[in-house]
Amino acid sequence: MYILTAIVSLTTLGLVLGLLLGIAARYLKVESNPIVDELEALMPGSQCGQCGYPGCRPAAEALAAGEAPPTLCPPGGSSLAEQLAKLLGVEIDLNDVQDPELLVARVSEDTCIGCTRCFKLCPTDAIVGAPKQIHAVIADACIGCKKCVAVCPTECLQMHPVEVTLRSWRWPKPAVAEGAATC
Amino acid sequence: MIASRKPSSGAHIGTNTSVQHIMWRVILAISPATAFGLFCFGWPALNLFIVTLLSAVLFEAFCLRLAGRIAKPAIMDGSALLTGWLVAMTLPPWAPWWIGVAGAGIAIILGKQVYGGLGQNLFNPAMLARIALLISFPIEMTTWPNVAPAFSAQAPDFIESWSITFSGLGSIASADAMTGATTLGYIKTEFSQQHWLPDILANHSIFLNFLGWTRGSLGETSALLLGLGGVWLIRQGVIKWHIPVSLLLTVTLLSSVFHLLDSQHYISPLVHLSSGALMCAAFFIATDYVTSPNTPAGQLVFGAGCGLLIFVIRTWGTYPEGAGFAVLLMNAATPLIDHYIRPRIYGRNRNGKPLEQKITVQEREQ
Amino acid sequence: MLNLSSLFKGPRIRGGVHAEEHKADTSCKPIAVDFPLPKKLYIPLQQHVGKAAEPVVRVGDHVLKGQLLAHSQGMVSAPVHASSSGVIVDINDYPAPHPSALPIRTVVVETDGKDQWIEYSSIDDPFQLAPEEISLRVGAAGIVGLGGAAFPSAVKLNLGRESKIHTLLINGGECEPYLTCDDRLMQERALGIIDGIRLMLHGMETEQAIIGIEDNKPEAYAAMLDAAGPYPFIKVQQVPTRYPMGWDRQLIRYLTGREVPAGGRSADVGVIMHNVGTAYSVHRAIRFSQPLVSRVVTVSGGAVALPMNIEVPIGTLISELFAFCRVNQAATKRIVMGGPMMGDALPHSRLPVVKASSGILALTQEEIRNTTQQPCIRCAQCVSACPAGLLPLDMANRIRNNQLDAAVDIGLRDCISCGSCSYVCPSNIPLVQYFKYATGELAARQQAQHKSEHTKRLMDERNERMARIKKLQQEEEQARLAAKAERERLQTEQGTLA
Repeated sequence: MYILTAIVSLTTLGLVLGLLLGIAARYLKVESNPIVDELEALMPGSQCGQCGYPGCRPAAEALAAGEAPPTLCPPGGSSLAEQLAKLLGVEIDLNDVQDPELLVARVSEDTCIGCTRCFKLCPTDAIVGAPKQIHAVIADACIGCKKCVAVCPTECLQMHPVEVTLRSWRWPKPAVAEGAATC
Repeated sequence: MIASRKPSSGAHIGTNTSVQHIMWRVILAISPATAFGLFCFGWPALNLFIVTLLSAVLFEAFCLRLAGRIAKPAIMDGSALLTGWLVAMTLPPWAPWWIGVAGAGIAIILGKQVYGGLGQNLFNPAMLARIALLISFPIEMTTWPNVAPAFSAQAPDFIESWSITFSGLGSIASADAMTGATTLGYIKTEFSQQHWLPDILANHSIFLNFLGWTRGSLGETSALLLGLGGVWLIRQGVIKWHIPVSLLLTVTLLSSVFHLLDSQHYISPLVHLSSGALMCAAFFIATDYVTSPNTPAGQLVFGAGCGLLIFVIRTWGTYPEGAGFAVLLMNAATPLIDHYIRPRIYGRNRNGKPLEQKITVQEREQ
Repeated sequence: MLNLSSLFKGPRIRGGVHAEEHKADTSCKPIAVDFPLPKKLYIPLQQHVGKAAEPVVRVGDHVLKGQLLAHSQGMVSAPVHASSSGVIVDINDYPAPHPSALPIRTVVVETDGKDQWIEYSSIDDPFQLAPEEISLRVGAAGIVGLGGAAFPSAVKLNLGRESKIHTLLINGGECEPYLTCDDRLMQERALGIIDGIRLMLHGMETEQAIIGIEDNKPEAYAAMLDAAGPYPFIKVQQVPTRYPMGWDRQLIRYLTGREVPAGGRSADVGVIMHNVGTAYSVHRAIRFSQPLVSRVVTVSGGAVALPMNIEVPIGTLISELFAFCRVNQAATKRIVMGGPMMGDALPHSRLPVVKASSGILALTQEEIRNTTQQPCIRCAQCVSACPAGLLPLDMANRIRNNQLDAAVDIGLRDCISCGSCSYVCPSNIPLVQYFKYATGELAARQQAQHKSEHTKRLMDERNERMARIKKLQQEEEQARLAAKAERERLQTEQGTLA
């Protein structure tokens, strides 16, 4: 009998509180700030479309609406994911974010015909050249968007991984020991 | 030639100690007290001790399997054995076997593995087990056998010891004659009957109590051997002096003050130091790395907190002994202590701001 | 042991470890000078903190010992000189003495065996030189900090003169196990070191110097005391043997009682520190105009049959040192450049000795730290060992969970990578590697951020330009249309007139 009373009273309590919470969530909802602009400001802005959205602005809108995770941007890598998550106030597991392999475009001088198509298209003006002159890529300005590769008629533009130098070499993260908790 | 191409950073040399090295030294330090206790309480105590240790190791292996990890290396680190050992030290020596199994299970599963295993737990597993058992099984956990050294006349023989451990103390005809209260429990009971000091302790020998010739769990009897083991651990560099010293000092100071003010109602520091689990807690329980603060200053606070709580519970609480509760409460405070008490970083003040640059005029002129 | 002294405040050494020294094998033997001149010297163009030097020689040139190979670039840089006479056979990328062994621009000199010095003049009285001249000459001699940090010494001398320091501290601590090159240098060339110190004092316009020597080097202490005898303004002081006593800030606190503010420089508390080896190089550079072309290297470790200190030309391959000291290749499990606490593990031995190579160690399996990791048991040995007052276990934990900013909050930037925490860890957690990884990762993120901002600026510029061009085109189009309309109007007008 006592047990029954306990079960009934606790169940009722649970139901009532759950209902109250549900009502509160619906009617006391705080309208979130329009943070789309802030989000967009953080994004690379190269409109590369690798996230599946047509550009950085639509991606930022999807982020703000909660339709996309903060880890959506491959070129941004873990650094961007962390910043986005911070701005959105959500927790993310950075272990799942693969930092992208950095790529730069390079012109093969043998096959470049100086058609100027690539440098007209380059979003960061990273390709220099003139009509009928061999073009060159400024590696520092190249963002690896691969747009130039698509328009090159002779396939002389190729993506190459950024070479690791003594300056850019970093210590790798130590492997976690078998048995050590990762939480 | 060179083993791996993976870059390895300094230090390239090390002390080459290991987790098992530390665990084994702790076990070695606690062994004399354990051996003495086992001798005092004979075969039933040994039975319970073995059952508890075995089940601790088995529970550990079971949990590791469940987590999909290879059990062997983690078992070999000796931490489960030590936890089981400490649990066994807190049990009444003649408690039935299932108390030992339950204690080991609570310590290993609820005290350690649910948090993620070694190094992750918030509370000391052995104390968690003891307190859970004490609350759940008050009778079994407070039935203290008289000292009956192995092979002596009053000691239960081998058959009797089996029935004590495996069928309970009630199976022995002379059970009542063989049990009594611990020193602290006795004092508490007498107080409740309006008997006061020093009459209560008229027949009490602090020396025998200190030596361990008294009722209690293995970890409550020989304050002397526990203390010696603890000092050896400090000398070995396994534990630091901060927690034991501040804990014992706090208890001594508080009990001295109260005893001097009112020697009828407050027991003397010597009785405090020689009774109960104080020594065991000071050297083996409160010093548990995982659940105590990281910094020396934090450890001093932690030890003092434990000492204060032990004294308060012993003096004004309903339980005669408060070491378990005190340690658990301070365990809960450890993250807080670690958050607020941090070493001062070189070149910074206590608040983490860079030191101000101050060159005296005199120095500038030099 | 009971360490009750730490209960009381006062000047004391914080943290640190007492590692097995392994110094006896090499500290009793004189510096070997019979090392055969290598056939080829691989001299990297960047052996210092700061910008790489720019070569002034070409392939095929014949150079003399001490001749300038490359001059320094910018404020913080150091020139590089030929360490023996011979012909330049290549200027190209060769593996650097670095854990990654990635390429670095290197001048390869094929020695002619004559080891012929370039003509130089010795100065009669360098104390007549202007103080600025001392740092100029030290800079031209390519002298960098020989303790391991390789910071250009001239920059420090200038800083000392400009910031009015009151004491020059000389680091004779040599707290790293195995290494004895500074010890031997002090024992054998104390007079040169003291002369170098006097010259540096002159160059920095500073009155006094204190030399700190760990008390495990009584011979070096005696030799230095003897050599400093005639100069009351140079004090020689023993310091306790406790790694990392040679960390400049630890030594500064011990010798002067002052603590350098975080993010500050030692000059902020009125001192500058140089290494004894640097002082000796200054002596050679000023007195004899000899640039830094050789250094004393400790070759030691369990796999070395003949451990010793050798004076070798910069650019000598480690493999040649190993051959000379009879290193057991099979037993060598790790090659370390520098000391065993802070040095870098090298992937192979075909790498050159550089100015900062204080030691080359060939360590056996028994000597190197066990690498099987166990979970952290929060024993806090790392907390006691940290000389900087950090919480290595907490920092590593946060980094493991990718909370790099949280690790910075509790002092990641104050870590000096001294290795004390890794040394004592019973669970063999590579703590220092966590900190190095985090620092590198944070730098990379900052770079990525810079690049992203740069990209955005470029794109904005481009978009603006595109808009401008479009606008221009539109205006032209409109003008053209307007002109056309005008013409048509005129035509119709003319038509109607006709």
